[in-house]
Amino acid sequence: MKLLKYLLVGMFFGIVLVKSEAVSWYRIYEMFKFQSFHMYGIIGSAVLLGVIAVALIKLLGLRSIEGQKINIRPKEKGFIRYLLGGSIFGLGWALAGACPGPMYILVGTGVFSMLIVIIAAILGTFVYGVIREKLPH
Amino acid sequence: MDYLLQPWPWYVSGPLITFIMLLLFYFGKSFGMSSNLRTLCSMGGAGKYADFFRFDWKAQRWNLVVVVGAILGGFITVQFLSDGSTIDLSSNTINDLKTLGFTNAGEALLPPEIFSWDAVLSLKGLSILVIAGFLVGFGTRYAGGCTSGHAISGLSNLQKPSLVAVIGFFIGGLLMTHFILPLIFTA
Repeated sequence: MKLLKYLLVGMFFGIVLVKSEAVSWYRIYEMFKFQSFHMYGIIGSAVLLGVIAVALIKLLGLRSIEGQKINIRPKEKGFIRYLLGGSIFGLGWALAGACPGPMYILVGTGVFSMLIVIIAAILGTFVYGVIREKLPH
Repeated sequence: MDYLLQPWPWYVSGPLITFIMLLLFYFGKSFGMSSNLRTLCSMGGAGKYADFFRFDWKAQRWNLVVVVGAILGGFITVQFLSDGSTIDLSSNTINDLKTLGFTNAGEALLPPEIFSWDAVLSLKGLSILVIAGFLVGFGTRYAGGCTSGHAISGLSNLQKPSLVAVIGFFIGGLLMTHFILPLIFTA
């Protein structure tokens, strides 16, 4: 039962991302061409509201469902890993037209060739895990 | 009901994404879809090959349930919440795609030129999907997050590393869209 709420959140997430067209390869291409406000509107409004909400959570010391103070873990310090890793991710994002969330959602919409992208993404994560000690972070 | 079935405008979708992030915070969790890739590696026994995958993946079960829900959400939307609208792309985008040999842009969610089995079942088509997936999976773990973890929740929490990661997302995305895609696809 505890896990049911996550199933519902996931379903809601899937519905929103398909209805917003954020799962569309075409919308990602259009975004990187700066030819429409659509994707910038989605991400921009989500972040703007998110900044306000997170500030309020901290200010008011809001608690989670389990009663503990909501604690959003800060990202580890670093620069190279974020710039380099981010750029590698960006290359893949613009080619596949999908980031990890949409990849799964698109399988649900019936695009089964996306399973190849997911398997390759798991492989990419595996290779990172194996060679990470040798990479600059 | 019509509003539900039509594509949703950005000012509805964006705030709903914030709401999803806040729900996960309220449940004491985080909003990060790419973590599942690491969890799947760990479940598959990758801990034998690297410490990075030696963790209690069962504690991450909730996130895999989110994935199952997301797949169901995609299914529900195309089956019950769609009116068959095409994607209202900018005319510049449609024209630019024509020069790459992409016709009927926006009539489906994804271009058949990349994702149809006809396209996939060739060396070039298969390589595109495999390379794209590999870059996403490798890059997201190297950067410690993807669009949900960095662009949405990291920026919401005013994290400088997330800003650097998002700048990286754009460096890679712009390189691919403006310089590499035209090399891969020609009309």
